[in-house]
Amino acid sequence: MALEKRDPVTGRMTTGHEWNGIEELETPIPRVVIFFLVVTILFSIGYWIFMPAWPLGWTYTKGLLGIDQRTTVEQQVEQAKAERAVWMDQIEQMDFATIQADSALMGVVQEAGATLFGDNCAVCHGTRGTGGKGFPDLAAKAWLWGGDPEAIAETIRVGINSPHEETRTSQMLAFGRDGMLDRTQIDDVLAYVQSIGTASEQAQPTPEAAARGSEIFAENCASCHGEDAKGMHDLGAPDLTDASWIYGGDLQTLHTTVYSGRQGHMPAWEGRLSAADRKILTLYVLALPQEKQ
Amino acid sequence: MAEFFHRKLERNAIGFVVAIVAVASIGGLVEIAPLFTIDETVEDAPDMRVYTPLELAGRNIYIREGCYACHSQMIRTLRDEVERYGPYSLAVESKYDHPMLWGSKRTGPDIARLGDKYSDAWHVAHLINPRDVVPESVMPKYGWLARNALRTDDLGLHLKAMSRVGVPYTQEMIDNATNDAFGQASPDSSFAGGVTERYGEATHVRAFDGDAARLTEMDALVAYLQILGKLTDAAQPKTASAEE
Repeated sequence: MALEKRDPVTGRMTTGHEWNGIEELETPIPRVVIFFLVVTILFSIGYWIFMPAWPLGWTYTKGLLGIDQRTTVEQQVEQAKAERAVWMDQIEQMDFATIQADSALMGVVQEAGATLFGDNCAVCHGTRGTGGKGFPDLAAKAWLWGGDPEAIAETIRVGINSPHEETRTSQMLAFGRDGMLDRTQIDDVLAYVQSIGTASEQAQPTPEAAARGSEIFAENCASCHGEDAKGMHDLGAPDLTDASWIYGGDLQTLHTTVYSGRQGHMPAWEGRLSAADRKILTLYVLALPQEKQ
Repeated sequence: MAEFFHRKLERNAIGFVVAIVAVASIGGLVEIAPLFTIDETVEDAPDMRVYTPLELAGRNIYIREGCYACHSQMIRTLRDEVERYGPYSLAVESKYDHPMLWGSKRTGPDIARLGDKYSDAWHVAHLINPRDVVPESVMPKYGWLARNALRTDDLGLHLKAMSRVGVPYTQEMIDNATNDAFGQASPDSSFAGGVTERYGEATHVRAFDGDAARLTEMDALVAYLQILGKLTDAAQPKTASAEE
């Protein structure tokens, strides 16, 4: 071990390595580093004792504290639920009208509802509930299945044309494709629809065409949309006289709708959201501010 | 003595490399290897079903398009994630995922429990142009999926490869893979019955892209997205109380 030698300048030993005449001092590791090294080693020994650590074949040491991520998160969720219980219980027990009359509770509904709506409903119905083509505008309040809270809550629960056993079912038939109406008949019935409602009048329907269309409407469409074309909540058939169109009120879209039919799909939320969450969503949707056209 | 040993080791290239590898693998041996023998690692899920050929094709498209770069499929054991996305992910839910697609980055939301959450029509509209339905979205468009015909002739081989790494596909499933892929997206075809027969009643059989006559990549991807988190109910009852 004669390689090391004392450095004459500092008086310290060198490592004995030499590169082109340059030698390296063997400076000891600073005490503070050693100190923290010892502390972390002691910490890890403590951790092995208190926390799940060592594998033992089929199992592992569980640690004295018995901490498990899964039970931890379940406890946290339970705790959060307990904290919410103050108002959640009220919302669960009170009926819709009572909650709507209670401005403090409605404030909670607005806050919790916005989160629930954003996580679950907004991708289809839009962040402000204004919908899009094929996804109904909730803010317009042109309810397909009725505008009372119970009807809306039921739609959220079972969905429309969903895999849920009690799903609401609704279908616009493909009158053109399935040969129930020919092209001129579709044109006539669209003339009628344009004459009674707000569908845009690109092709200026003649009164004669609208009159012919009125008869076709009575025979083919009235059974669902009603004789006055105001729709039927029991069947989820939309009101054709209002300003609200799910797929579009322009002539081309209307033609496609009558020719090929429509069958929208709203998922059922019973398996995913609790009854109280669905109640909050119902109230939130009812309270959505109407967009100015 | 120690000094002598170190001096010797440091001057032996192969020996030193072997020593480095041995030391560097301690972490893996202690933290990863034991998971293969510990009973609790993978939960039991007797109701676990396999991906159908169409869903597997959709999964391959998901990988091809790099969806995993922005979407994770892993709900962690954190309160905010459980409250937003649903019950935390279990290892068994990825049992037949080769490779797993847990991901580690969320530019978009986690989609581990996306199945049945939204309608097929929404998925199609959203994949063609996300901003048509979600104006705030930064997701790219995937319109070609609706135009590209799905390649199905090699699906049997995909199933076979999966069966080699432990997915319990039967020979019958492998032989009928191409027909089953077609049948699952064409409920009115004579092939549809075979899908239900081989993969169970809960299998979605419908025209995912809205057109039963053509089998497109859109059909496959939507079929896959609609089954995410639905292969087993193992995760559901445990946190049912948290959900209710």
